Amino acid sequence: MEKFITHVGTGVPLRRSNVDTDQIIPAVYLKRVTRSGFEDGLFAAWRNDPEFVLNQPQFKSATVLVAGADFGTGSSREHAVWALQNYGFKVVISSRFADIFRGNSLKGGLLTIILDQAEVEAMWEAIEADPATPITVNLEERTVSYGSKSLPFAIDDYTRWRLMEGLDDIGLTLKQTDFIDSFEKKRPAYKPATLPIRS
Amino acid sequence: MGKTLAEKIWAEHVVRQADGEPDLIYIDLHLIHEVTSPQAFDGLRLAGRPVRRPDLTIATEDHNVPTLNIDKPIADPVSKLQVDTLRANCAEFGVRIHSLGDKDQGVVHVVGPQLGITQPGMTIVCGDSHTSTHGAFGALAFGIGTSEVEHVLATQTLPLQRPKTMAINVEGSLKPGVTSKDIILAIIAKIGTGGGQGYVIEYRGSAIRALSMESRMTVCNMSIEAGARAGLIAPDQTTFDYIKGKPHAPEDFDAAVAYWKTLFTDSDAKFDVEVDLNADDLEPFVTWGTNPGQGLPLNAVVPNPADFADSEQRTAAERALVYMGLEAGTPLKKIAIDTVFLGSCTNGRIEDLRAAAEILKGKKIASSLRMLVVPGSARVRLEAEAEGLDKVFLDAGAEWRNAGCSMCLGMNPDQLAVGERSASTSNRNFEGRQGKGGRTHLVSPLVAAATALRGTLSSPADL
Ligand code: SF4
Repeated sequence: MEKFITHVGTGVPLRRSNVDTDQIIPAVYLKRVTRSGFEDGLFAAWRNDPEFVLNQPQFKSATVLVAGADFGTGSSREHAVWALQNYGFKVVISSRFADIFRGNSLKGGLLTIILDQAEVEAMWEAIEADPATPITVNLEERTVSYGSKSLPFAIDDYTRWRLMEGLDDIGLTLKQTDFIDSFEKKRPAYKPATLPIRS
Repeated sequence: MGKTLAEKIWAEHVVRQADGEPDLIYIDLHLIHEVTSPQAFDGLRLAGRPVRRPDLTIATEDHNVPTLNIDKPIADPVSKLQVDTLRANCAEFGVRIHSLGDKDQGVVHVVGPQLGITQPGMTIVCGDSHTSTHGAFGALAFGIGTSEVEHVLATQTLPLQRPKTMAINVEGSLKPGVTSKDIILAIIAKIGTGGGQGYVIEYRGSAIRALSMESRMTVCNMSIEAGARAGLIAPDQTTFDYIKGKPHAPEDFDAAVAYWKTLFTDSDAKFDVEVDLNADDLEPFVTWGTNPGQGLPLNAVVPNPADFADSEQRTAAERALVYMGLEAGTPLKKIAIDTVFLGSCTNGRIEDLRAAAEILKGKKIASSLRMLVVPGSARVRLEAEAEGLDKVFLDAGAEWRNAGCSMCLGMNPDQLAVGERSASTSNRNFEGRQGKGGRTHLVSPLVAAATALRGTLSSPADL
């Protein structure tokens, strides 16, 4: 996982609320068995529309997605995070994220930032007025800045540290194998097991 | 102060706790399927890691398998690739798998309970958001993403932030024709699709205790549609009776029951939030829009977006009506349906098939529509056939299919055409969920069956 300390990029305003993961990446794209190449399915249904914001040339190279409330609701598919990352997004900003999506994104190194709806709207206006507006996300200081604004955002210390170190979860947990071993020794015998098969 | 049920289960599964870090939680059961696991196994292989506990892991093929001609090779090359990949991964890593043609193949959330592997007090995860279904047994069960699937495969644990707790108290008793599906649709309409966010919901109250195990699963299944991470119900005699005799029921059943009886919310425990719902006045519910919170009693009319005070909700309603091709003010019961889908992990269990068959028995479905009956698992299909339910459906003019997720998400050939409208017993009515341009109305099995007979959204009382 890449380390995330600061990111500077431009934004794209996605003025829609309740963007569910079926919209982010429709189910038909989930049939793959690899981890990359999902960018072509990102917002696939909407990308057919030339007016759709991602199709507008001024937003082509944006890396910060500024979305409406309740982004990432619906199915737990992590492909939604991969599709956003494969496309080139580093940060998603919204006033509210669905829990699983947010969990998936932070684990995968896609920074999801919660700002007040009023701030999201102000950002939409700023980006629409000037699509080249640079947006700076500073994870170390927990701020998003553009123009003259610097907005603080909340992220727990642990997740922030992990993203800044670029550490993946499995490696971290495997360091705790002793704890897992001793937990397993105490597990009650009546807990079910899938093997051997009983039918 | 006492603990809630969710807190008790959590506390029993903490492997390691450290300040400022998420708790490391032990996972008792990991369910996997073909769609969210290939990249996880790929990750293990790349890192040279084994599956830590194959004996706490089980796989089935469900999301994109065909429901016709299952004895032939899968026609869709990508589905075939995913299924073949799952089979190869399970063989390589020693994981138990139930493939097409096996009696325990089926929707992953139907398979766990029917095997008796889903039990009270467990932590259960799966790379599928409807894992909350298993909460009906008093287990802490939730959906995870693919990288978490890999994490559980490698370590049998997950680092997790402790969720907040919400109680939803449903008191009273349901009128005839009203089901647990209507309870959960009414809850979601009440608290919204974000209302449960950050919470584990415990469903309580006399109306919940009166539900059968399978009806409880329907309620817990859709917790995720209210935004919650998980939903659960304290185990009781109904739960114990259901598990007894299942293949993987505990050998020392009494010892297990003694433990299961400790699994309840202490009387002095405090939930972060409590919500009350009266079951007495519930009516059959149906969704009119494109998220599961956009639902109303079947006797209502399509709402007018202008009537929503909240601007976000108003815009969402406007978009939904355009997508759904509906006019404000139209009585919901006047909406003509093209396809009725009876199935999914929400309502594809034997009880659901029995309830629908009861209504269809000796009658014919409307000639204007098709009805797909897709049992949640091969075992459910066999059970239904033993009871003659397949004949009832076929005689009524419905299609009787093999088990799988099918039209719940339209990854296999069972899809809606553009503009086609369904009454579906599944759990999601998102745009395009059941096929590109398809329009979904979520309903109970009873409403599905009544609708199939009349051709328009209907409750059994209309027959
Ligand atoms: S039946 Fe539907 S909701 Fe259930 S696991 Fe399958 S796709 Fe998901």
